[in-house]
Amino acid sequence: MFGYYFNLALRSLQRNIVLTALMIAAIGIGIGASMTMLTIFRAASGDPIPQKSAQLFVPQIDNFDPESKIAQSDDLLPVIVTYLDATEWMRSHIAVRQAAMYPITVSINPPDPARNPIQVDARATSGDFFPMFDVPFKFGGPWSRAEDASHASVVVLTRALNDLLFGGANSVGRNLTVGDKTYRVMGVLDEWQPTPRFYDLGRGSYSGQDQLFLPFTRAIDEQMPTVAGLNCEQRTGPGTGWDGLLHSNCVWIRFWVELPTARDAANYQTFLHNYAAEQQQRGRFHWPPRVALRNVTQWLSYNHVVPTAVETLTSVSFALLLVCILNAIGLMLAKFMASTGVISVRRALGASRPAIFAQFMVEAGVIGLVGGLVGLGLTQLGLMSCRAVLQKDLSVLMQLHSNDVLVALAVSLAATLLAALYPTWRALQVQPASQLKTQ
Amino acid sequence: MELGPILSSLRRNKVGATLIALQIALTLAVLCNALFIVEQQTALSRAPTGIADESNTFLISNQWIGGTADLAARVQTDLASLRALPQAVDVTVSPGQPLGGRGMGMNVTLHPGKKRSGALTTVFPVDDHALNALGLRLISGRNFRPEEILTAHGFGDNYSSWGSMIVTRELARKLDPGGNVLGRTASLGRITAIIIGVVDQLAPGRVAANSATAENSILVPLLWADSNIFYLVRAKPGQVAAAMVAARDGLYKISRQRTIVSTQTFADARLDFYRGARGVALLMSIICAILLGVTAFGIIGLTSYWVSQRRRQIGIRRALGATAGSILRYFQMENLLIAGAGCVLGILLGLAANLWILQRIASARLPLAYLIAGTIIVLLLGQIAVLWPALRAAAVPPAIAARSS
Repeated sequence: MFGYYFNLALRSLQRNIVLTALMIAAIGIGIGASMTMLTIFRAASGDPIPQKSAQLFVPQIDNFDPESKIAQSDDLLPVIVTYLDATEWMRSHIAVRQAAMYPITVSINPPDPARNPIQVDARATSGDFFPMFDVPFKFGGPWSRAEDASHASVVVLTRALNDLLFGGANSVGRNLTVGDKTYRVMGVLDEWQPTPRFYDLGRGSYSGQDQLFLPFTRAIDEQMPTVAGLNCEQRTGPGTGWDGLLHSNCVWIRFWVELPTARDAANYQTFLHNYAAEQQQRGRFHWPPRVALRNVTQWLSYNHVVPTAVETLTSVSFALLLVCILNAIGLMLAKFMASTGVISVRRALGASRPAIFAQFMVEAGVIGLVGGLVGLGLTQLGLMSCRAVLQKDLSVLMQLHSNDVLVALAVSLAATLLAALYPTWRALQVQPASQLKTQ
Repeated sequence: MELGPILSSLRRNKVGATLIALQIALTLAVLCNALFIVEQQTALSRAPTGIADESNTFLISNQWIGGTADLAARVQTDLASLRALPQAVDVTVSPGQPLGGRGMGMNVTLHPGKKRSGALTTVFPVDDHALNALGLRLISGRNFRPEEILTAHGFGDNYSSWGSMIVTRELARKLDPGGNVLGRTASLGRITAIIIGVVDQLAPGRVAANSATAENSILVPLLWADSNIFYLVRAKPGQVAAAMVAARDGLYKISRQRTIVSTQTFADARLDFYRGARGVALLMSIICAILLGVTAFGIIGLTSYWVSQRRRQIGIRRALGATAGSILRYFQMENLLIAGAGCVLGILLGLAANLWILQRIASARLPLAYLIAGTIIVLLLGQIAVLWPALRAAAVPPAIAARSS
């Protein structure tokens, strides 16, 4: 029976080729636009570290004044911390793992003396960074806490930088000139690019990639300045220059802790609160403790990681899909009602209502499938153009997955069948032989 | 024109008419909000920085290799050599990068005792050549004097006073409602400085269309002797490319203990910085164009169907003396009624969508002009779309009334 209906559907669709084309175009455009934006939306809002996103936390402390407007987050807590707080927190061992970090740029003299120095984006951090974030290694491994403590001159390279500097060879143990100092390579990462780059949501949080890692303590000794923002309310404490910065209340360091269980998290929350209360007692803060502890998921939404523009574009594209479906309903209504003659003949010849229903649903299904295929083509086209015009940040992520093809076809089919319900119901109302009279 | 027959025929085609009206409503709701967003984003990407000639002004991102002891002297040598270039008008140095997102934020106030006073501002440490190098327009007061320039070794210097500073007009207005700031002492935490000048504008680049702090900038007299700095160079008109090459070669000739990461004009930096905003505006426009197209074809499709259904009635009306023109006007009027109803719904939907957007981001309320413009566009679209089927209807010969049955 299905084959017969399919045959009928093809004939019927061929009969009014313009209406058919319009319907397929409408469904295709709707699917294309909404799938394009959905892919971008998903890319922007994905969980960068699903296996651990509930165990990794960012502690925050109100380092300024609840009254001040320096921190521009929703609850006016700074998203970064001072050197003072970061080093104090590093000293406590309540968290299973913890890392302070800030972005730097370093100049590297390639081992090949014929080549000019190059500058790369790098990160000063603690050795815990790597096991905490499940960073995969190709060669070697992270530096140890002992090396953190001894301010060791060691580095971890990304695979890409290792390819560039050492031709992809196992460079563990080899020396590298960073700035004017010699560092020893401890490890080389395998491919690792969490997106969004949750551990540092500064500019370039979708595309920026750290090429080199070195101990936080070493970077502080070398007076490597942060290349991200630095927020200050006032300078307190003694010292000038670099030392002055370390003692100031300027915030510039990101801090992460790993707290595997809910109890660990509760303990850490208490620790933070007590720490802030102690600072208040010492007279550093003139306000009651205000702290927060957020896990990766909470951190991403707190930082509004999905650009509002992407959210708006996604909802607009779904409005477009809705208009396309309305459009398809109208066109199908016109199309089905135009074939009342055929229906009444079939009904007069003994076709039951379910048979007519099945026939029209098959016809709608054909439109839905072809529309879905057109939509997939348009999605590819749409993603290509979005890659060209949106931030470089996002464009790396805009890939159509294999199961997107199924989703697109399923949505298209469901939308078309839904759209076909009313026109089909109207077609079912046609009385047998009603049209025969007039002909 | 009689409305009666149109209404009674619409009553027979309730569903079709409702479908078109709904499409019109959704289209209008999206269109007026989208137009508003496109306008906002476009304005954002064109927001002036205050830099006089962005295409002839460029920046050199310089990172020193090695010790930090003699950096002030090294920077001075670089500046002297850059200023001596025949293609250069003037050069300054800063750790901040307008249109680059790198900078230092501080709270500045004229009333340090008062809570919540003052404004968050971007601080640009520069030397006395900044106004000339960037082409900033001084509207009152004076520029820094060479002897006022202090040396800073990074952000941590513990100066209790920077001596002098220059603010933007917008910041002056926020510090003192009368804009009367010259000669007054401003506090940035513990640091103080006397405001000696007001420039028309210096905006480091906006992240949102309505950012309240975008126009708040101050220039402070600090020669930045730290490892990462930007040289901001203004070239003579038409010589920017030559100046970029000459500057780079010249700097490497002085010392190779550095990496020069990028040399880029501010015109290019602007394209990069606002790439997202321009992309959103473009995508939004494309989606709107598609939406209008889909709606138009929907109207054409359904109206054509109605025309073909009513061929006989049209023929009868023609036979009874209706002119082709009155048939044409009939369909135009019918479309106007449906689209008008759709527009009423669409305006409500559009306002609701705006409220939803307002709730999520601090955007502005949808101006009335966008609703009016959207309504006109949608009504015109309906009229244009209906023209072809209506003309076909008008071309139905009266004789068709006599032909069948």
